Amino acid sequence: MEKAVARFEIRYTQFLDEHGKATGEFPDHSKNPDELVDLYRWMVLMRTYDAKAIALQRTGQLGTYAPILGQEAIEAGVGSTMHSDDVFLMTYREQGVQLMRGVTMTELFLYWSGDERGSDYQGPRRDFPICITIAAHCTHAAGAAYAIKLKGEKRAVVCALGDGATSKGDFYEGMNAAGAWKLPVIFLVTNNQWAISVPRSVQSAAETLAQKAIAAGIPNEQVDGNDIVAVRDAMKRALERARSGEGPSLIEALSYRLSDHTTADDASRYRSADEVAEAWKREPVLRLRNYLSAAGAWDRAREEALVRECNEQVQAAVQAYLDTPPPRPADMFEHLYETLPPALESQRLEALGPEPEPAGDKDTAVV
Amino acid sequence: MAEITLVEAINLALSHELQRDESVVVLGQDVGRDGGVFRSTLGLVDKFGPERVIDTPLAEGMIAGMAIGMAVEGIRAVAEIQFSGFAYTCIDQILNHAGRMRYRTRGRMSCPMVLRTPCGGGIHAPEHHSESPEAMFAHTPGIRVVYPSSPKSAYGLLLAAIRDPDPVVFLEPTRLYRLFKEDVTDDGAALPLDTCFTLREGTDVTLVTWGGMVHETLQAADTLAEEGYAAEVLDVATLKPYDLETILASVQRTGRCVVVSEAPKTAGFASEIAAAVGEHGLLYLMAPVGRVTGYDSVMPLARLEKQYMPSAERIADAARLAIGWSG
Ligand SMILES: Cc1ncc(C[n+]2csc(CCOP(=O)(O)OP(=O)(O)O)c2C)c(N)n1
Repeated sequence: MEKAVARFEIRYTQFLDEHGKATGEFPDHSKNPDELVDLYRWMVLMRTYDAKAIALQRTGQLGTYAPILGQEAIEAGVGSTMHSDDVFLMTYREQGVQLMRGVTMTELFLYWSGDERGSDYQGPRRDFPICITIAAHCTHAAGAAYAIKLKGEKRAVVCALGDGATSKGDFYEGMNAAGAWKLPVIFLVTNNQWAISVPRSVQSAAETLAQKAIAAGIPNEQVDGNDIVAVRDAMKRALERARSGEGPSLIEALSYRLSDHTTADDASRYRSADEVAEAWKREPVLRLRNYLSAAGAWDRAREEALVRECNEQVQAAVQAYLDTPPPRPADMFEHLYETLPPALESQRLEALGPEPEPAGDKDTAVV
Repeated sequence: MAEITLVEAINLALSHELQRDESVVVLGQDVGRDGGVFRSTLGLVDKFGPERVIDTPLAEGMIAGMAIGMAVEGIRAVAEIQFSGFAYTCIDQILNHAGRMRYRTRGRMSCPMVLRTPCGGGIHAPEHHSESPEAMFAHTPGIRVVYPSSPKSAYGLLLAAIRDPDPVVFLEPTRLYRLFKEDVTDDGAALPLDTCFTLREGTDVTLVTWGGMVHETLQAADTLAEEGYAAEVLDVATLKPYDLETILASVQRTGRCVVVSEAPKTAGFASEIAAAVGEHGLLYLMAPVGRVTGYDSVMPLARLEKQYMPSAERIADAARLAIGWSG
């Protein structure tokens, strides 16, 4: 006897096509264009911030930086649907989500300048720090979700990762645990087609990355990640599932990394200008603007005012960042343990050097 | 002869071995089309094809594990881990498998592979890109840990590592990748493993170091020379198993020893050397063995890394302390 014991299908959602036209009726949360205007503002702010960060790096005022260009719809979709007391775990390319969750731009600049204080967010205090070791945070996300479930809380955990990250054991391990224990966690895979120089096709032979969740018994779907409405829709459903105790989800958001991998990378070495030009046609910001303009909710004057506002806001953050006094050598020991073990005191003094400690406030102002 | 950088020397050695021995393959993230994030595998895929210069999915444990599987099956795998902080996930594979394959099978199988990774700080990289994991690998039985310090030693030692019949962890000082050039002849001549190199002779103090810190240590020796002190500088080069004999012979002549490492102090490889010199060379010593190291803190983000890493000044201070020691 032979029979099929399992079958699967991967759902794909798009509401807003690449020209900014609705492909069908919008879900309730996005019916009113004025509500989308707010998200558009965030997306433009993200893009302004991103361009400034690159400019700062190019002029030696920031360290290696990972651009978010092209992923603004995913970031705004996640940022606008999560609650402030949810937990966000991220790699390094979700700075737009961070901004929406209350991490200040100045903190981001500090972090990317190589200053530890940038991870001490005044905003989302329960969000994890940027996880540079790819996919390691997938298991942390499962753990955080387990803790939340154990405490009987109605919070959700969102774990953002890239397509490359789905090749790592940590991703499978975290997802598997989340499925087994029905944990309130969402794995949000930003499939931007490239993991540095390795294209999505070399990363995995799987037809979709969404289907990787099937083996873990987790509901999964694909969305057009350049379509803010689709991202929000999938996120809202997944968050609802998590909060109501129905367990984890995986969302694969299809997008494209329009910029270099980081400022230390040169993407023209491994991908064609044609491919990038094609991707620009599908980019999320212009798409939403076209939609809003056609709906009469946006116009040139408002655009110009917004660009001005964003520039001012970014410039103020840059100034606050540049005005922040440099970190002190003793900071290396400041937060190593709750109380520095006496055995390390001599090392701390050595790091301080012969100069007396600079006077002033210990907790340097972080604006 | 050509003046090349350390990273070019790595490329030259890889190219030489890929050419010389058909069983050699190179694998890792971005090693193909991109030529590696540091360009150490630049152009190799064009010369040897994507089946021998393999862009892998993003998974370090898999890369190390696959290298082991290949090696057992007769392919000389040279695996690249993009940055040192991501090599920790390979420790399980190296410790529990690569280092024990020959031992566990009573010699029936061997594991001639190389795991290469850039190491150490000083290039203002993001976090986890500047770590010094040598002590963790050196603690592992059954493997070799090799850490070159110049274009010449990188070329000769990498050839030796690839040809070695046992697994080698090959650590590359990121900071020196492009810091200076040296004449390197692509003659396929390997340098010996398990041997210290005496980079500078001296009679007043023995400075023992490896990898990137060789650079600052030589600078310190210059400073000391201006003050009239002759420092002997030893490059350990192979950390496991290391050449204690050369170190002891030097300490016997100088009576003083300072070990320099940018890794954290406690339980670091500098501690191993200091302990061994104390154990076997007590009667030669006229001063306690000094250690100049990174701190027992996290390798900080870029803005404090300079304060973290031993400077030529700190090394010279420790040497002066040893020289001027009076009970
Ligand atoms: C464990 C680990 N290995 C390697 C790296 C180096 N690295 C940084 S980003 C990256 C590619 C990540 O690709 P992806 O997950 O698709 O995310 P994206 O950069 O596209 O946003 C690599 C290999 C790393 N940070 N962590």
